[in-house]
Amino acid sequence: MHGRANLLARRMVSHHLSQVPMLEQQLINALSLGSVYALFALGFTLVFGVLGVINLSHGAIFMLGSYAALLLVEQMALPLWVALLLAMVATGTLGLIIDVLVLKPLRKRNAPHLIPMIATIGVAIMITNISQGIFGAENKRFPQGTIPEDSVSLGNLHITAVQVAIIVIAFVLMVVLLGVMRKTQLGRALRAIAESPKAAYLLGINVEGLFLLTSFAAAALGGAAGVLVGVSFNAISPFMGQPMLHKGIAVIILGGMGDIRGAMIGGLFLGFAEVLTVAYISSDFRDAVAFGLLFLILLVKPSGMFGKVLERKA
Amino acid sequence: MGFMEWWDGFWATYNTVIFSIGVNAMLALSIYVTLSCGLLSLANAAFMGIGAYTASLLTMQFDMPFPIALAAGGVLPSLVALVIGIPTLRLSGVYLAMATLGFGEVVRVIVLNLEITGGPMGLNGVPPITEWWHIVLLLGVTIYALARLRRSKTGRAFEAIKEDEVAARLMGVNVAGYKLLAFVIGAAIAGVAGGLNAHFTFTIGPNNYGFENAVDILTMAVFGGTSNLIGPMIGSTILSLLPEVLRHFKDFRLAINGLILILVVLYLPKGIWDPRRIRAFLGRNAEKKVK
Repeated sequence: MHGRANLLARRMVSHHLSQVPMLEQQLINALSLGSVYALFALGFTLVFGVLGVINLSHGAIFMLGSYAALLLVEQMALPLWVALLLAMVATGTLGLIIDVLVLKPLRKRNAPHLIPMIATIGVAIMITNISQGIFGAENKRFPQGTIPEDSVSLGNLHITAVQVAIIVIAFVLMVVLLGVMRKTQLGRALRAIAESPKAAYLLGINVEGLFLLTSFAAAALGGAAGVLVGVSFNAISPFMGQPMLHKGIAVIILGGMGDIRGAMIGGLFLGFAEVLTVAYISSDFRDAVAFGLLFLILLVKPSGMFGKVLERKA
Repeated sequence: MGFMEWWDGFWATYNTVIFSIGVNAMLALSIYVTLSCGLLSLANAAFMGIGAYTASLLTMQFDMPFPIALAAGGVLPSLVALVIGIPTLRLSGVYLAMATLGFGEVVRVIVLNLEITGGPMGLNGVPPITEWWHIVLLLGVTIYALARLRRSKTGRAFEAIKEDEVAARLMGVNVAGYKLLAFVIGAAIAGVAGGLNAHFTFTIGPNNYGFENAVDILTMAVFGGTSNLIGPMIGSTILSLLPEVLRHFKDFRLAINGLILILVVLYLPKGIWDPRRIRAFLGRNAEKKVK
């Protein structure tokens, strides 16, 4: 099971390397891989920042996003972009359900951070196993002709339409989220909750409602990342969530936990580090890059690259 | 005679399951040690792996006697724990969990790329020399040692740190030292369990000691309850037997596993073995009888 998951992770990197191995090309590939990491980590870090929960079912939600898009394209012959939007709604709803059924009762009980984390492990196991039972363990592909195969060539550079779409969509979603957090009343409320849910409640903020909204938005972002990865590598399996979750953990620690800008930069950074390691050092160390970086940053600067002081007890 | 025949058949079918219960109990106890000191460390699967590889290489390649191999399988992980513990244990809460998870992945990748560990193929043909009494003996020693530790000055220091680290430090408890000690003890127990495990599973590979296993070990302890020694053992026993019991559910076995985990976390916050809850329950029944 793990081997299979790793195979996917390997494909994810090697896919981007199958073309011209020159630096500019590597940078483009790294940018698209990094955007996906960033998008995935965004939802992950949002939940930690606002709810204070390490949501280990985020990888499984990501995986379901892929399947949702596949089903919508395959069974209902919807265009890809509609499938993307609907898949986001579907995974968002799932995130909402998980919150109401699992996280909310734990919040009410004021359980220490470790407890919801373990509960989400149970959720991830359930989702992965049920998906395997329903969809089968083998890799699924989008039907032929549903994924655009156009590409742009600039000199030696080779950029596929899918890569462009991934980079654009990821950046749009990131900018929107950052804008909401920075500039709007909603964002201020969310930041207040991140600071102290109790104080936010006393200030008249609808804390419970915003918790639910956060769970929805985070899962929707995870689902979007799933659709993009599914389209980009055209290999969807129930086990694709786990390696992504590992990368996500590394990214949010690199960027500082709960830090949205940090997750974006951390994701891109990891994308570049992985692609360049494979290209210029050795492909044996591909899997070690993420966690080697994680380990290093925790020893040197546990608050992450952009983190502030943190003495949050878990 | 009938019984003996039944027993032979039973043993032949289920001895691996029974062995696993013992090994899993040791693993659950290994994470109990760190939890009892307030440390959420997820490095125990990696320590188990280091112990398993060390012991197996010693018996396979150097023809070492089993006890020495097992001892080495406990010592090497403790040394590693000592080295990585000094910088890592400054972290608290989820940060420590993530760092130790990262350490586990780094170990996995190293094992995957080393020649002596057999790379991705792992080690095949580890001699199956673990006997049932090896496991019983070592589990017994672990339980006895931990029970003694619990009541000692060290155990009380662990508890003080778990309850309130700052207060413990103000009382003059050497917080960093005791944390390191808990980390090292946990690593040693996990390493020995790994050595025992490798010598009845025949083959070991780098992916036997990854993220999933780290999570499994934590789950066993939390499922059973970590307020005392009995909880982790009950948790590991039930979770080791669960796959056998749920065999009829075939494809959805793991899903039920996950569901049980969620339900326990939601409804039994202190795990299955919660003395206070049990006493309260029994007490209520006793009162009824009196009336």
